[in-house]
Amino acid sequence: MTVTSQTDTQAPETMIGQLNEPMEAHVNGQVTVAARSRGSSSAVADDHAPALEVQGVTKVFVKSPGLLARIRRRARSNGASASQTNGTGKTGGAGATNGALGNGDAKRVVAVDNVSITVERGEIFGLLGPNGTGKSTLIRLISTLLLPDDGRICVFGYDVVREDAQVKRLINRVSVEASFFKKLTPMENLMYAARLYGVDARHAREESMRIMKRLGLEERSASEPMEDMSRGMQQKVAIARAFLTSPSMLLLDEPTTGLDPHSKRAVQAFVRDIRREHDTTVLLTTHDMYEADVMCDRIAIIDKGRIVALDTPTGLKGQVRTDDGREPSLEDVFLELTGRELKNDEEAES
Amino acid sequence: MTTTAGELRASYAFVERNINLVKRYWGWEIVWIAYTIANSLAVVLIARGVNSAVQEDALTQANIDKLVLFLAIGALVWHYLAVVFEVVSEMISWERWEGTIEYTFMAPVRRSTHMIGTTLFSLVYGMVHTVVILLVIVLVFDLDMSRANFPAAAAVLAVGSLSLVGIGIMGAVLPLLYPERGAQMTHVVQAGMVLISGVYISPAEMPEPLHTLSKISPATYVLAGIRSALMEGTGLTELWPLLVGLLAAGLVLIPVGVHVFGWGERYAKRTGRLKRSG
Repeated sequence: MTVTSQTDTQAPETMIGQLNEPMEAHVNGQVTVAARSRGSSSAVADDHAPALEVQGVTKVFVKSPGLLARIRRRARSNGASASQTNGTGKTGGAGATNGALGNGDAKRVVAVDNVSITVERGEIFGLLGPNGTGKSTLIRLISTLLLPDDGRICVFGYDVVREDAQVKRLINRVSVEASFFKKLTPMENLMYAARLYGVDARHAREESMRIMKRLGLEERSASEPMEDMSRGMQQKVAIARAFLTSPSMLLLDEPTTGLDPHSKRAVQAFVRDIRREHDTTVLLTTHDMYEADVMCDRIAIIDKGRIVALDTPTGLKGQVRTDDGREPSLEDVFLELTGRELKNDEEAES
Repeated sequence: MTTTAGELRASYAFVERNINLVKRYWGWEIVWIAYTIANSLAVVLIARGVNSAVQEDALTQANIDKLVLFLAIGALVWHYLAVVFEVVSEMISWERWEGTIEYTFMAPVRRSTHMIGTTLFSLVYGMVHTVVILLVIVLVFDLDMSRANFPAAAAVLAVGSLSLVGIGIMGAVLPLLYPERGAQMTHVVQAGMVLISGVYISPAEMPEPLHTLSKISPATYVLAGIRSALMEGTGLTELWPLLVGLLAAGLVLIPVGVHVFGWGERYAKRTGRLKRSG
């Protein structure tokens, strides 16, 4: 297969003009209109700002060896210096990038490397890439859980570093690990989330039941401890939790990993519905190429922290040719552009 | 105003969550309270055994009773302060253990709201624990509380808790910075405070270096004030300079704690330490 082009970064026609009725959210005891309808929100910094702007963002993790290891290396280094007479007195440069060890000191891992993307309001934007290539790091940067070393990220016009409080009100995230208080029931976990997000308690209870039912969770499951639930069921509760807070932007980091095909389709349908009904912007990472193909308006493929392609699913498939002449799938595109095997295990980023 | 009300309502999320967790971990709560009762009784029993330990009647019964009360107050007050400190400093280690830390940190609540909620819970939880232990001690020992000034003691405890909350918030930064061993590091802070604060002996009796250090621990003044109120019946009129000092310490230590925690949070977000679940 060969790559033929990767130029189109325009939002697809399908996502334009998909405005529907705004969603009611019971925030701080009052019924308010959530700020998610394109161009109609006073909660966003700039009514015309895209949902997400990532401009030249870089994130490097520095991993220092332990104190004893540093002392041992220093001792070895001093011993080597004493036995050599190169006259420079230098011991090498600073830590190297891309996982290389620099001089026995810090190991620098470039998780996200000068990434720039723009996601329009109401778009479902896919982020694909092999394990450990920076997808989850990018999601964490957008979620205000990490600070970028370079570049700028804005969510609906708000800077994630300087205006993190405003950003947090507009987003929610479902990660591959369903993070819950495991002894608590789904309802108790959801009520905790509702209170944090200022959602009225009574409304939250009713809405929780409605969403969980919609995702195929039985009513009695709401009062069982999370630890007694399967991973798939826990993941559904995680998704319900995200939807409960009515986010303007939903960050879905491998949300359907571990779900059976039936549940996976229920989640996918729910994501599409919430986008259609409430114009929610969705950033989706997944290892399921079929899911990406059917769900996403546009897809960026990331490898070694860099965006290597960005286009509509159709556009991406047009960028490669198969050896046997069949129509390329998204999986073909992925393998061609990243040159790696697909894996289904969890991402092993730093 | 609306924002403040909203933040206060959000702080209840942490109170409600912790109450739910206590209900679910009821077995552990029973073990924990039994352990603390046994510890407290063991400390107070030292007073009963003093004469036999030195093999002579060194202390009169009145003095033994006084020593029982002295140690009981030390054990109870220290337990209360330790619970407050531990709950506050555990607000991070618990979330690391459960794997919820990222979710809580990306929620739209101020860190101060997070801390207010946790602190409110810690004060109520510490008080309930202490009352249970007090009831057991009263049942086992015949404590002479005839001269006790309970309102004054309660005032010292309430105002003194503020300083401990401030130190606890500073302690909470350790699990944030050191995912694997941060929680255990907070125990070092606690052990240091129990050593220098005159929990079981008067600071005046300590070796000079410890006696000097005791002057910087707010717990020293809390214990001195409560002992004075319960053993000598000292009232609020005499205790007000101490209360003002403790209030001032609390008003300094809480913002300092929040500031230190804020620095730790930014560091954790820069270095990616929020993610590791210890």
